Amino acid sequence: MLPFFASHSKLFEQIGINALLALSLSISLRAGSLALAQAAFMGLAAYVGSIGAVTYGWNLAESVTAGALAAAAAAALLALPIGRLRGVFLAIATIGFGEIARVAEINLPVTGGAEGFSNIPNDAGAPAIYGALAATGLALALFSRSKAALAIAATREDESAARGVGIDVAAVRLGTLVAGAVVAGVAGVLYAHANFFITPGDFGFPRMEQILVACVVGGVTSSLGAVLGATVMTVLPEAVRFLQDYREVSTGAILLGFILFAPGGIAGLWQRRA
Amino acid sequence: MAEAAAHDLEIERLSVRYGGVIALEDVSLRVPAGRIVGLIGPNGAGKTSLINAVTGVVRPHAGRISLGPQALERLPQHQIARRGIVRTYQNIRLFAALSVAENVRAGALRVPGALDDAALRALLERASAGEVEPRARAGSLPYGAQRRVEIARALAARPAIVLLDEPAAGMNPQETGELRAVIRGIAAAGAGVLLVEHDMGLVSAVCDRVLVLNFGRALAEGTPQEIARDPKVIEAYLGTATA
Repeated sequence: MLPFFASHSKLFEQIGINALLALSLSISLRAGSLALAQAAFMGLAAYVGSIGAVTYGWNLAESVTAGALAAAAAAALLALPIGRLRGVFLAIATIGFGEIARVAEINLPVTGGAEGFSNIPNDAGAPAIYGALAATGLALALFSRSKAALAIAATREDESAARGVGIDVAAVRLGTLVAGAVVAGVAGVLYAHANFFITPGDFGFPRMEQILVACVVGGVTSSLGAVLGATVMTVLPEAVRFLQDYREVSTGAILLGFILFAPGGIAGLWQRRA
Repeated sequence: MAEAAAHDLEIERLSVRYGGVIALEDVSLRVPAGRIVGLIGPNGAGKTSLINAVTGVVRPHAGRISLGPQALERLPQHQIARRGIVRTYQNIRLFAALSVAENVRAGALRVPGALDDAALRALLERASAGEVEPRARAGSLPYGAQRRVEIARALAARPAIVLLDEPAAGMNPQETGELRAVIRGIAAAGAGVLLVEHDMGLVSAVCDRVLVLNFGRALAEGTPQEIARDPKVIEAYLGTATA
């Protein structure tokens, strides 16, 4: 087991980071918001954390904190213009935000542009990544029985009826967007420190798509499902390397299969049997 | 069970328009605490528009709505609910994928403290839904049971005013009979009830006062007996005699 772990340590790190990202998206999906800005929050935090670490000598904890705060601030600002948008309109607007963020990362003088930003201290390994994942999972599990969690579920089910029982739907949507952004931000800084090199292309639409697919495969509103979905969708492309250029097809095939035959994802299959 | 402070709901010269369409024009109505007021009228008379205006779903074009000293007509929907005005819907709007217990607890979100199992049971009993399994998925219940759970969700907020939008629709005669006791129980606990209903037997049996709407305007107001004899009301429902 240990030699296997050692030879696949990069893969384990990727699984943990992708699980964090899937969890972060599942938080805003729980309120019924199809806000697809996770990759942008991740990228913003990765750049803030990395530039701080390289230029000002921040340690990993400082880097993660600053990145998460930057992502939270971006989410709070983004919530203003998108407050009234729902469904596909919200999805398109947030994808647009992601593109703006990516183009800004290419052109700002401090990011290293399209060439990427390098020399990031390589001080985030599996312990930091899985520690963050465990902390996030624990926080979500403790939160799941709270009144706020019920308000979020009610908002997802029927916004107008939720308002009718006194739930401030705008506050619920803002809260879930910001909380999701914090988790995405932590994942982004850890990603940067685990890979010591980032480019704007790491945080574009393909990344967002990968996060969304992990959530759909896992089950959109389940924490465990999000982690399982991210695991499957991280391991799968490695397992089918023999398909060479066609291996991307396997992602699409799996996604289609789940949407058609198991719309509740892995978590849905499990709950149906229970 | 402690209800919100007893206040009367006062609607003064309310007008609601959708674009150029007049849904309500110059309608005034008082729902006193502890009383049951009926709101009847043909389809399209503006009954649901009135409930939507009171609960903040639509903005009134003109007029005042107040609960005791508190003006409501400019408050957002959730703020109105937090002041103790709750409703049920003509087309049931439970949180379908959540359990019965979660639905009722969602109704009690603004009430301090957690709703324990005994309190949950008591709320279901008050809504004549005592036989409903709290762990059942709300959307899977029979229609009549969903209506009663929706009433339990409304009562969970400890409301000052309860607006019931056709609660007897789709209920069988036995369920409608139980509904009478439920509505009387809500008023007896101190809340004012506005009952929008087509079932005249139910309206006559429980209402202290009745307002009749027709084409968005108040047509008649009085006790159920007075309303039943009013020629204008009979004409609006049955048409004019041509002979």
